[in-house]
Amino acid sequence: MSKLQLDNVNKQLGGLRILRDISLEIASGEFVVFVGPSGCGKSTLLRLIAGLESICAGDLLIDGRRVNDLEPRERGVGMVFQSYALYPHMSVYDNIGFGLKLAKTDKRSLRERVLETARILQLDKLLQRKPKELSGGQRQRVAMGRAMAREPDILLFDEPLSNLDAALRVQMRNEIARLHDRLGTTMIYVTHDQVEAMTLADKIVVLNAGRIEQVGTPRELYERPASRFVAGFLGSPRMNFLPARLLAPGPQSLIETPALGRLTALTFDSSALAADSPLSLGVRPEHLALQAAPGSAGLVVTGVEYLGCETYVHLDVGEDEPLICRCQTNAPWRVGDRVEVLADAGNLHLFDVEGAALPRRPAPDAASPRALAQGYA
Amino acid sequence: MSPRPFKKALLRLGFYGAIGVLLLYAVFPFYYAVLTSLKPSSALFQVSYWTDKADLSNYAAVLQQASFVQAIGNSVFVAVCVVALALFLSLTAAYALGRVKFRGRATVLLLVLGVSMFPQVAVLSGLFEVIRALGLYNSAWALILSYTIFTLPFTVWVLTTFIGQLPGELEEAAIMDGASPWVALTRVLLPLLWPALVTTGLLAFIAAWNEFLFALTFTLTDQQRTVPVAIALISGGSQHELPWGLLMAASVMVTVPLVLLVLVFQRRIVSGLTTGALKG
Amino acid sequence: MTTSISRAQSFYDEPLPIKETPVQRRRICAAWLFLTPMLLCLLLVAGWPLLRTFWFSLTDTSLSDTGAGAFVGLSNYLARDGDGWSGILVDPLWWNAVRNTLHFTAVSVSLEIMLGLAVALLLNVRFAGRALVRAMILIPWAIPTIVSAKIWAWMLNDQFGILNHLLLGLGLIDAPLAWTADASLSMWAVIMVDVWKTVPFVALLMLAALQMLPGDCYEAARVDGIHPLKVFWRVTLPLLMPALLVAAIFRILDSLRVFDVIYVLTSNSSSTMSMSIYARQQLVEFQDVGYGSAASTLLFLIVAVIAVFYLYLGRRQMEVRP
Repeated sequence: MSKLQLDNVNKQLGGLRILRDISLEIASGEFVVFVGPSGCGKSTLLRLIAGLESICAGDLLIDGRRVNDLEPRERGVGMVFQSYALYPHMSVYDNIGFGLKLAKTDKRSLRERVLETARILQLDKLLQRKPKELSGGQRQRVAMGRAMAREPDILLFDEPLSNLDAALRVQMRNEIARLHDRLGTTMIYVTHDQVEAMTLADKIVVLNAGRIEQVGTPRELYERPASRFVAGFLGSPRMNFLPARLLAPGPQSLIETPALGRLTALTFDSSALAADSPLSLGVRPEHLALQAAPGSAGLVVTGVEYLGCETYVHLDVGEDEPLICRCQTNAPWRVGDRVEVLADAGNLHLFDVEGAALPRRPAPDAASPRALAQGYA
Repeated sequence: MSPRPFKKALLRLGFYGAIGVLLLYAVFPFYYAVLTSLKPSSALFQVSYWTDKADLSNYAAVLQQASFVQAIGNSVFVAVCVVALALFLSLTAAYALGRVKFRGRATVLLLVLGVSMFPQVAVLSGLFEVIRALGLYNSAWALILSYTIFTLPFTVWVLTTFIGQLPGELEEAAIMDGASPWVALTRVLLPLLWPALVTTGLLAFIAAWNEFLFALTFTLTDQQRTVPVAIALISGGSQHELPWGLLMAASVMVTVPLVLLVLVFQRRIVSGLTTGALKG
Repeated sequence: MTTSISRAQSFYDEPLPIKETPVQRRRICAAWLFLTPMLLCLLLVAGWPLLRTFWFSLTDTSLSDTGAGAFVGLSNYLARDGDGWSGILVDPLWWNAVRNTLHFTAVSVSLEIMLGLAVALLLNVRFAGRALVRAMILIPWAIPTIVSAKIWAWMLNDQFGILNHLLLGLGLIDAPLAWTADASLSMWAVIMVDVWKTVPFVALLMLAALQMLPGDCYEAARVDGIHPLKVFWRVTLPLLMPALLVAAIFRILDSLRVFDVIYVLTSNSSSTMSMSIYARQQLVEFQDVGYGSAASTLLFLIVAVIAVFYLYLGRRQMEVRP
């Protein structure tokens, strides 16, 4: 049974279309992360599900019931805000219990629910404190407790960790993951941080300019991005993109890049495209390997970034941005060296001029690395 | 000796001299009123800058006048009621104007600002008729009602600014908790607005305490007068026979509470005044 | 490709109907409900009385029975009366009041702005006890106008006043001056009291504006070794202009309706009579509501023109953030 369903949802504000034809299904108990650059509409989408923003066209269904015209409390959703928005004049106990109190819950069960929530979030000893007497992580937990106390079916998180420092962010990320395992509540989480998205999500929804770019598991999105945008958005350092030209369309593509020369028998179906179409070849830094090039062949190393656990080697390919290659720290390359680039053919990506990924054909020898820069002089 | 430190010292001297002149200018008239009020009537007409013995007979004389004591009571009653009424009306209005986007919001704000610029005398005759029609003539309620014309626009304006500065997510959190606008206002926003309420209340109190034109026009008998009118109407046989000692004692008594309020709440008053003006 | 075509087209789609969530609808309803008491109150004490004043100005109403007036057209303003004209627009006393008010406004507002700016600059310097000085200069502002007028009346008293005593002692004058009685001096006495009372307000406004100015401008100017006076004229004053204008407008609107200080200091003397004093005298003392309302209406119109001008100027800064 689908827990939450968006059906062609549109949102317009001041003549500007903020969300465009959003259709999405979120299963009961799923952890879904909305991710995208700022201004992509992800927060608006969350607030629209919460009932804080109106839906201009389309339907929002929870458990098959259309909830467009229901108030937040009738929708059975709870929300954790970016700034926490704790009531500064109330104790932790009252913060958590405020919603229950407004719902006219009787005193005994209110107390039980607040104490239970506090126990889950390890706030037991802080119940009499005011928000200003709490640390950042504790405030974050109170905000979650307040959202949880009325036992909503769906919990919404609006960039909840962006106000915390890096170490605490990792810790709270783990706590949220554990909380999800424990409660089994449907959670929808907005972030612009791809690490949060990758680590927390059952399902990631990538938004761009008010549209859904792709929906899938973190693995699907990382390994088989449907568009150049998704490919570039997830992964750090980001995927390398090289301009390319389609030489021979067909079930197996033959392309040429100015930097790397010809690549034959790629496992992409380019039958729908005309010969000579411009393409974009994508390859992640970790799917490249380097070997010394003889004489004046190969690419020139223009930079070496040592990070302790790995090293990024920058290669000049005649573009604005260098080709980045992720190597082990013991890699011998120095600036000025000439190297030959090897790539995992199964992990190449090819995008058309609109940024859509070319359909992929199952590859017979996906695992064997091939030299990319063979034809390069 | 270089001329530089000398010049610097001179500059410093000039600066503190200027501050001294400023203080003298600001405080001396009030000091002189206190001084006069402490002189016995025999010493009143010799100008002096200091008196050795404080003579409280003027204060005793003022307090023996039942009408003056009554006037103080009236002033307190009127000012407190005006503050309560203005704060209540403007709190709900400020929520609407400061936190809700709706058509007509700009018009209402403009209207409020417009009323704050009214010359009071322009409504005098019309208001006189309203007050008589309501049967409030020569009563404290006439003043309480009419004083809203200058306190309300101001309190609405300042509270709207303050309430608009509270974070929006706070109220959204309350909405997620199932709070109606009234609950959000009274249980979530109001507790955070106390400093602003104190500031605006204080300014409204001072304005109501000091008002003269309406008080002079809408009250008739000594029993209903407020302090400014009572003081303005203290008179002797002629201009030269004014009981100056008595007058100054009454003035000091009326002013001291305000001066204390100002000294204690200086920071809040300044913030309220500048919020009303600069951000408006 | 199909996706690309649909993308390109969809940027030109129809605007969607603006819908509100139940929460937003409820808030808008609540907003009007919350505004109603205040609006009703303002209607009762401001809107309706103002309309009545306009109406009265077209009637011969008297104070004893405001319902009994008869419509007389514009004759309170101007009417052909036998050979000559009658009405307020030909009343030399009214024009005297207008002149007095304008004189008072022009002089006192410019003095207040200049002195206020000077005081603000002085208090913008950091020094020990600044907070105390700032509190002290608020005292004149807090003293009721009536009281300050009385205090000054005593200080300006021709026989026993300390000011005459001081000036005589310094040899600046030969004989005591009748500050409040002498027609040539009384306006200056009124201005003196008003300036004394209002400079703190203006100064604190200016001070707040000064403290909002960006500090790095001054750092840069100091590093470049520019003379402080030049910095004041070229940097401070232009940046302060908006606040200065706001303060000036506030003070102008206040001064045009001046009543208390003149009423107490010089009562109905014609040399200081302001428009408000004139109107109230007609209304209350002469019981001529029609004529007095005509004067009130004229005063209202003058203030309204200036207020509209101000709102027009400050239209962009007007919006308080929602």
